[in-house]
Parts: sequence; C-alpha cells; structure tokens
Amino acid sequence: MTWKKMLTVNARLLFVALKKLRDAFTDLLPIILVIAFFQLVVLRQPLPQLGEVVLGALLVVTGLSLFIQGLEMSLFPIGEAMAHALARKGSVFWLLSFAFALGFSTTVAEPALIAVAGEAAKIASQANLIDPSEESLRGYALGLRLTVAFSVGLAILVGVLRIILGWPVHYLIISGYVIVMLMTMIAPEEIIGLAYDAGGVTTSTVTVPLVAALGVGLASSIKGRSPLLDGFGLIAFASLLPIIFVMGYGLIVFG
Amino acid sequence: MAFFIDFAKILLATCRDVLPIIVLITCFQLLVLRQPIPHLRRLIVGGVYVVIGLALFLAGLEKALFPLGKIMAAQLSDPTFIYGSEAAVVQADWKAYGWIYLFAAMVGFATTIAEPALIAVAYKANKVSAGTISQWGLRITVALGVAVGISLGAYRIVSGTPLYMYILAGYLVVVAQTIFAPRNIIPLAYDSGGVTTSTVTVPLVAALGLGLSSTVPGRNPALDGFGLIAFASLFPIITVLGYAQYMHWSVNRSKKSPKEGNHAI
Repeated sequence: MTWKKMLTVNARLLFVALKKLRDAFTDLLPIILVIAFFQLVVLRQPLPQLGEVVLGALLVVTGLSLFIQGLEMSLFPIGEAMAHALARKGSVFWLLSFAFALGFSTTVAEPALIAVAGEAAKIASQANLIDPSEESLRGYALGLRLTVAFSVGLAILVGVLRIILGWPVHYLIISGYVIVMLMTMIAPEEIIGLAYDAGGVTTSTVTVPLVAALGVGLASSIKGRSPLLDGFGLIAFASLLPIIFVMGYGLIVFG
Repeated sequence: MAFFIDFAKILLATCRDVLPIIVLITCFQLLVLRQPIPHLRRLIVGGVYVVIGLALFLAGLEKALFPLGKIMAAQLSDPTFIYGSEAAVVQADWKAYGWIYLFAAMVGFATTIAEPALIAVAYKANKVSAGTISQWGLRITVALGVAVGISLGAYRIVSGTPLYMYILAGYLVVVAQTIFAPRNIIPLAYDSGGVTTSTVTVPLVAALGLGLSSTVPGRNPALDGFGLIAFASLFPIITVLGYAQYMHWSVNRSKKSPKEGNHAI
C-alpha cells in the first residue's frame, strides 16, 4: 500500500469513528439534559462528583458506538445467516429447537432476571407466602428464573412457528392479552405486579438484535413471507408469555 | 484502581451474557448444519466490539448516571421536598407530586433514546422497510410512549389504584387500535413494547418505583413497587400504532402518495 492510500484509508476510518461517536453522543444527550435540569433547576443543588459524571458519560458514549459497530459486524449477520441456513436445511425440528434454546439459554442467566427473582423471593417471604428459610428462598428464586426462561424459549418457538405458518401476529397477541386478564383474576395479588414486570425485563440488549435478525432472516428466506409483516413480532411474544407463566407459577407455589 | 476492578467485573458479566449465544451458535453450526461459520474473523472482531462496548456502556452508566438518577429519584419523592415541611403526612395528595410525574416522563424518554436494543431494532426496521420507517421517528415515538407510561405508572403508585385496571384499559386500547391500524406496522409496534426496557431503563425506573412506594404514605413496596416496567412496555405499542394510524390518515387525506400501504413512520 502506498503512503497516500494508507493516509486516505486512515482518514476515512477516523471519519467513520467520529461519526459513530457523534451519533452516540446524540443518543446520550437527553439523559444529560434531564439530569442537569432537575439537579440545577428543580432541586437547586450543584452536581455531585462532576468529574466522575463526565468520565462516565465519555465511557457510555464510547461503549455505545463500539456496541453499534459490533452489532452490524456480528450479531445481525450471524442471526440472519443462522436463519437462512436452518431454513435451507428444511428441518422444522432443528429450527424450533434453535429458537427454544436461544430464548431459554439467554434468559436463564440474565443478570436483570436474577436480581428481580432474588428481590421477589425476599418480598414473598416477608409477606409470609413462602417459608423464610434460606433454602426455600433460593428454591423460589430459581423456580421463578426457570419459569421465565422456559416461557421465553417457548415464546421464541411459537414466534418462529408463526413465521413458518404465516399466522397474523395480532390474533396470537390478543389471545395472549385475554389469557393475561383471565389469569389476573385468579392469580394471588402479590405475584401480579412482578408477573407484569417479568415481561419487560427478559429481553436483554444482546438477545434483542439476535432475535430480530433471526425473525427477519427467516421471513426473507421463506417464500411468501414479508420481512416487515412476518419478521417482527418475536420480541412481543417474549414479553407476553412470561407474564402468563409467572402468574401460573404464583398460582402453583402460593395456591 | 477500584474502577478497573469494577470494569473487569462488568466485562466478565457481559462475557457470561454472551457465552450461551456463542455455545449455541457453535453447536448448531458444527453439529446440525455441519459447515464452517462464514466470515468468521469479522464475526469475532464484531463480537469483541459488542462485549467491550456493552461493558464500557454499563460501566459508564454505573459510574455516573445511575447513582445520580437514584439520588434524584429519592430526593424528589422525599416528603419534605414535596410537602415543604417535616410534618407527617397520612394521606398522599396526588397533586403534590407534579415534579415526580415530570421527572418520570423525562427519565423514561431520555433513557429510551439511549437504549441500545431499541437502536438495533430501529436500524433493522429501517433496513427492512427500505427506508420508509425512519430510525429517529420510531425511536422518538417509542420514547414518548415510555414517557407517558412511566409518568402514569408513577401516578398509579401515588394514588394507589390497582395495576391491572390500567393494564386492562391499555390492552383494550391496543386491541381497538389493532383493528384500524395499517397491517404492516402491527408486528413492529408489538415488538417495540418489549425492546424499550433493558439495560438503561430498568435500573433507573425500578429505583424510582421502589423510592416512591417506600416514601408515599400508605404504600407497600412489595405490592406497589412493581409495575412501572409493565407500563413502559405497554404504552409504546399504543404510541407506535397511533402514529402509524395518523400517518395513514394524513396520507390518505392529502392523496399525495399514490402508493397504498407505504406508511412511513
């Protein structure tokens, strides 16, 4: 490579990196504005540890731009490549196993879920719903985690089956809503808030892009499916089924 | 030095997050598909970017923004700030919590804009729709939904009304909107409910919920502390469907677009 060429390549790389950093900064700007506004105008207090906050913000911006770059290079292509390869293989069994394993394995070790399950066990023992011994607390939290992970696996499986069969997403989701409401009527009161929240915390930052790529890749490799109409919807199932299953878990454990 | 230990811990946790995915994909490639992984080098470099990027992102949030957000949530829900005196308040007056609602809405909006999972889905939706769905349009619509949702959720905690009533009402609105909304936006709208709440939003919103339910007189953190995330996952569905309906309606009315079915967000 000649000198001149190397220089242009480097300049272009630098330009791309700077643009990514600027985008990430724009993403973070609203948080900075909200915190500054409430701290200075409403609470009328100086920002504590300003240096740390600035350093933290720089880390967030750098991390976010690296993450987005990596997303385009790895998570998206591998998700779509797996979807294409499994669709070409033509085995529904392996496709569904992959879907279930993806949902289950990424959820069962999810830190947010572990934290929420531990918290929920503490609250349940305070309310005298379960035995306050260490062992029963751990058992309850583990049962909750397995329930949520199983339901997310099942949700991705059902979502993939829906793409293969071409069912419209809204019938499934609306039936899910009806089940949630019916379960709410009979589920113990203490589990309802937790169950509703469980739907939201299951889908982590690494799982979402992979699942989105899986759906879109699958929809574009099956004839007659539109990526926009059929490719999306997997995450919606993954946030709905845990609500139903956690209420079911509450019914069994507390019932 | 302490910072580097923290960062190493977060990096390790992120690796553990990614580990099941790596194991799963490798197993399927080698045992089921029986073919080498295409573009392996690029994938590995990209994977390293994802892990390091996410770890830096989380370390930065934990270093600076989360503590601040949590302190602010506690300060704003402190009875002495709200009622202006140390006097014990027996009955919560929902009108006194104006700043809380505003804070909840703005935190919901701001954290959703920075949510990496939403950025990823918006990017994908933009590619798949050949540009008719704009990334910023989708992200802002979703963020507005989260803002309204969390603000209403904060009101619910203050007023002590039952969670399921709001969720039921929300579901009914979603079902009604689904009947009238343009069909090709529906799956994306449903998905946007689930992607809004991950790494950035959950910790801050959970802190707000627990802070509120433990300081508002007559509330029990066990019963009232949960539920904010449910609001944040429901309302974006309503705003995204609503925005698509509005675009559909305005395009139809002006008759500028000859193409049916291209509803840009």
